[in-house]
Amino acid sequence: MSIQEVSTEQATEMITCVIDGFEITVPKGTLVIRAAEKLGIQIPRFCDHPLLEPAGACRQCLVDIEINGRAFPKPQASCTIPVENGMIVKTQLTSPVADKAQKGIMELLLINHPLDCPVCDKGGECPLQNQAMSTGRSESRFEGIKRTFEKPVAISSQVLLDRERCVLCARCTRFSEQIAGDPFITLNERGALQQVGIYEDEPFDSYYSGNTVQICPVGALTGTSYRFRARPFDLVSTKSACEHCASGCDMRTDVRRGKTLRRLAGDDTDVNEEWNCDKGRWAFKYEVAKNRITVPMIRDENGQLQEASWPEALAAAAAGLKHVKAGVLVGGRATIEDAYGYSKFARITLGTNNIDFRARTSSSEELDFLASTPLTATYKDIDRADHVVLINFEPEDESPIVFLRIYKQVHKRAIKVTSIAPFASRGTKKLNANLVKAAAGNEISAITELNELSSKSVVLIGERLAETPGALFAITQLIAKSGAKLGWIPRRAGERGAIMAGAASNILPGNRLVTDNSARVDIATVWSSDSLPSDPGLNTNEIINSSLDAVLIGGVDPMDISADAKIKLSKKFIVSLEIRQSDITDIANVVLPVAAVVEKSGSFMDWQGKVRSFEAAVEQSLNRSDVRILSMLADEIGKPINLPTVKAAKSEFDSIGNWDGSKVAMKSVSNEPRKTVGNDEAVLNSWRNLLDKGSLQDGEDNLAGTARKSVVVISPDRAAKLGVKEDQLVRVSNDYGAITLPCKVLDIEESSVWLPRNSVSSQLIRNLGVVSNSIVKVAKA
Amino acid sequence: MSKLTPVLSAHWDEADSFTIAGYKRNGGYSAVAKALAMKPDEVIQLVKDSGLRGRGGAGFPTGNKWGFIPQGDNKEHYLVVNADESEPGTCKDMPLLLANPHVLVEGVIIGSYAIRANHAFIYIRGEVTHVVRRVQQAIEDAYAAGLLGKNILGKGFDLELVLHVGAGAYICGEETALLDSLEGFRGQPRLRPPFPAIAGLYAKPTVVNNVESIASVPAIINNGVAWFSAMGTEKSKGFTLYSLSGHVNNPGQFEAPLGITLRQLLEISGGVRNGHKLKFWTPGGSSTPIFTDVHLDVPLDYEGVSAAGSMLGTKALQIFDETTCVVRAVLRWTEFYKHESCGKCTPCREGTWWLVQVLKDLEAGKGVEADLDKLLDLCDNIMGRSFCALADGAASPIISSLKYFRQEYLDHLTAGRCPFDPMAATLFETSGVK
Repeated sequence: MSIQEVSTEQATEMITCVIDGFEITVPKGTLVIRAAEKLGIQIPRFCDHPLLEPAGACRQCLVDIEINGRAFPKPQASCTIPVENGMIVKTQLTSPVADKAQKGIMELLLINHPLDCPVCDKGGECPLQNQAMSTGRSESRFEGIKRTFEKPVAISSQVLLDRERCVLCARCTRFSEQIAGDPFITLNERGALQQVGIYEDEPFDSYYSGNTVQICPVGALTGTSYRFRARPFDLVSTKSACEHCASGCDMRTDVRRGKTLRRLAGDDTDVNEEWNCDKGRWAFKYEVAKNRITVPMIRDENGQLQEASWPEALAAAAAGLKHVKAGVLVGGRATIEDAYGYSKFARITLGTNNIDFRARTSSSEELDFLASTPLTATYKDIDRADHVVLINFEPEDESPIVFLRIYKQVHKRAIKVTSIAPFASRGTKKLNANLVKAAAGNEISAITELNELSSKSVVLIGERLAETPGALFAITQLIAKSGAKLGWIPRRAGERGAIMAGAASNILPGNRLVTDNSARVDIATVWSSDSLPSDPGLNTNEIINSSLDAVLIGGVDPMDISADAKIKLSKKFIVSLEIRQSDITDIANVVLPVAAVVEKSGSFMDWQGKVRSFEAAVEQSLNRSDVRILSMLADEIGKPINLPTVKAAKSEFDSIGNWDGSKVAMKSVSNEPRKTVGNDEAVLNSWRNLLDKGSLQDGEDNLAGTARKSVVVISPDRAAKLGVKEDQLVRVSNDYGAITLPCKVLDIEESSVWLPRNSVSSQLIRNLGVVSNSIVKVAKA
Repeated sequence: MSKLTPVLSAHWDEADSFTIAGYKRNGGYSAVAKALAMKPDEVIQLVKDSGLRGRGGAGFPTGNKWGFIPQGDNKEHYLVVNADESEPGTCKDMPLLLANPHVLVEGVIIGSYAIRANHAFIYIRGEVTHVVRRVQQAIEDAYAAGLLGKNILGKGFDLELVLHVGAGAYICGEETALLDSLEGFRGQPRLRPPFPAIAGLYAKPTVVNNVESIASVPAIINNGVAWFSAMGTEKSKGFTLYSLSGHVNNPGQFEAPLGITLRQLLEISGGVRNGHKLKFWTPGGSSTPIFTDVHLDVPLDYEGVSAAGSMLGTKALQIFDETTCVVRAVLRWTEFYKHESCGKCTPCREGTWWLVQVLKDLEAGKGVEADLDKLLDLCDNIMGRSFCALADGAASPIISSLKYFRQEYLDHLTAGRCPFDPMAATLFETSGVK
């Protein structure tokens, strides 16, 4: 056992002190204000926040303290002082001095604060309002002139600042610096004119800016989209989970009269702590978009979709799916329950293993990997890690809470981070990561050369690693060699759950191989079925390219898979379960409307494998979860799946449990030889920026306003050869098409060129037909 | 004149006192050679034994401060000189640096050697360009003379000395705000602990000393502990610079042993403006509670002033005669503190904003007697509640002026205006001026 392990596993020293006459024992390092909370003694505070470093700025939490008989000469800020043995603390409850000090501070805080609570977003849930009641005077003694500012100031398109409301607690600026690593807001000026501000024309450019609105203890920071829209006491709050990515954020959805007005980060120390990203917070307008589908539709003989009744539509869908060769595309956004419904529907109703949840670039190596490789890493492992390795994974863009967790340890313990990527992204730089440059397709040597990994190391790989043949196999070897913890972090919220639900061509629920007899018997027993199909089915690409007659599709954008997917699918009978009109409903023969996340209950499985359940926030919705519709459709076809409700699906899925039988080792995959590129050529690389053209971000312009600009990243050498300077236009093309964007000259791997995968003016599948690991031509535009 | 003990100011009247030649002619840089021949711990012990206390206001024993720096920790140590003199009334460091910058440079070399620092910084206030130039020149000359840089005087000690020019904020005289500012951030006081001795500049062990404290060290090295501690009082040893300003016939810096009284200093400085009598004064700059003519015989050392209810501070004696409206003077100071409050904590930021408004009304004769109690209560809510001592300094003159001159406040309210003629208090010629 190393020295470090001894120290971290040592029992924490406990400290006993007395607060207001009550003795309490807490771990060493606990702040007085926190120890008091444990006794149920609420000391008023503004700047204090348990996840931020103490500031001691607002002075609202002053208490009297003595240690071993020696009293501090003046009241102390309880948010800055750790408890000590023999400490006697007197809060406002027992010390007249502390009580007067707190009342004095409250009075001072209010002299310059406007009495605009009736129009302030925060009114009704405002720490200043509440504590002014508990700690303030009934009437102000201030007769002077209040400080005023022009208002509001947009510090970004999505966050507005009302400076006269600000109590200058510095929570927002500390969050930006300490938690997000985006110190783009600071306190400027001095004295009573001190104010939160941005630098000249540089807005608050952070994927996490919404958290500052949430932790602002007054109404100084407001969200542009929510400002003046609602009163907190008119909202009905529902605990929910975020549907945007696999980070697994706990959320709160606030609804008024059937309409979602805002979403907030929920508290879960094991997952998102108290934070979330701006996409999770603000991208929810898609559910009320104009192209929302509310009734079933059937394509008529003229090729037009016509509204239909549920019985008509179900009958039409059943007719098209019955007695034909069919497949199922689930998409990566299904809940566990819905994915389970699709999985069972494919096997029981359609009698096939032709099912895949991957609406993206994918490989069969990946299916093999996912069916055979234990994914062991968790957020807690990041907290303890000595080294975090990121491979084809950009946490800030692809799983933002994972980024925060790593950043926290970089900030606190300066842990080692290594990233295998074509260039150092902004996130990589913030993590102070050691960059191992690799062109797309050439990551394997970088993977096999990784050393210095231990059982305390965490290897996090992205779904994009499947784009390099052999890379996932190399990962299994790396893990076997090093004993490091492995995390596979897909972008979408439903992918990990879909694997567990068996929504893939090679596995049944609980990670049971379809080719394993006893595994099939397990599931067949639960499903009361005589037998289940035993041949591995077709995967996403195979289904699209196959001669199948019919495909049932739930929430898939064909442009996420390939440029010709739509055309190929249009030749088949398509049943589409969708919330909005899409490329699939365009070609579907039958369209069945389903509920959006806020309208249904269900659960996602985050990248750690932790189940994130949520209840319906909008209860009046007529729309039903996919599994309910599938169950009706199965009934109509005559091969019922008996999952009439989300609850039924959940309890049946939970009864299955994980496979404890033997696992097959992953098949070895050879890697491709290194590509050589010509002078005017490059290896294409890309990933999706957090904020991009993703359809779940539709309808939220304020959020889109903070998306990063689309650029082509090229190396200085290439820039020199092309004769272009930063921001000049560069054209990236192949036989399929071309994209022209301003270039950014960075220290990118020499043979590589990078573009955002699905951003404004840079939708790679649409424009180039490929996303990565492919040769393109690069020229000055 | 017998009471004066000119050491730092001994050669201020020589035309070339600020040059390295002038400084050396008068024995300058001889202490460095002596100190570098000693062990660093011996230097610390010597300064401890001398009883030298910080001249920046708080009076903390300088040698003890040096002794707090952890030794053998394999970390960089830093010596930072606080030359951000900016309190109203305080004018000792700037004249010293103007007339004798080399004494500070010599002190810095000795102090850095003692605490094992190879980098030292002088943080100087930016407005005093002429002083900045002289200190910069002194540093350059010291480098040229082999007194700074690598292998100083061939003794194997290296020291880089950097002059940093502040941007003009009173708060940067607070040592942790100074460190933030020196690091390139906005100057705001830091949370303590950690104290600078453990994690100061760039989170490394750091000593922050006032100009005068450091400048006093060469003389102590040269003349010894006995010489130094023979001056002053029991707990306040040595000589110091008293700065007299205001309604005094011969204002300026007077270097005398600690414990001298204002009565004695007034004798030396030609007394209160002719035809007028002392009304009130500050013992240590505007942030120390004011005194009146009953305090003429208070010994001006750390203990004496403290026992009389104020603080020795920077020994900045601002003298006000009977033509001065105390309400007006206090308002001016309060406006200074409002302007200089850094804004970090509530009581200082909001409190000074409010105090100015209340005092403005009172000076204009608006308000009722209860407003005085409100003012005192406000001061009570500010004093001792703020993050650093700036707000205490803001409240002190108000509280003390109300203690000694409450009736004068009331006179304003009775008259409905200020009963004083502000012109009468000015120091320039007023006859013929309308």
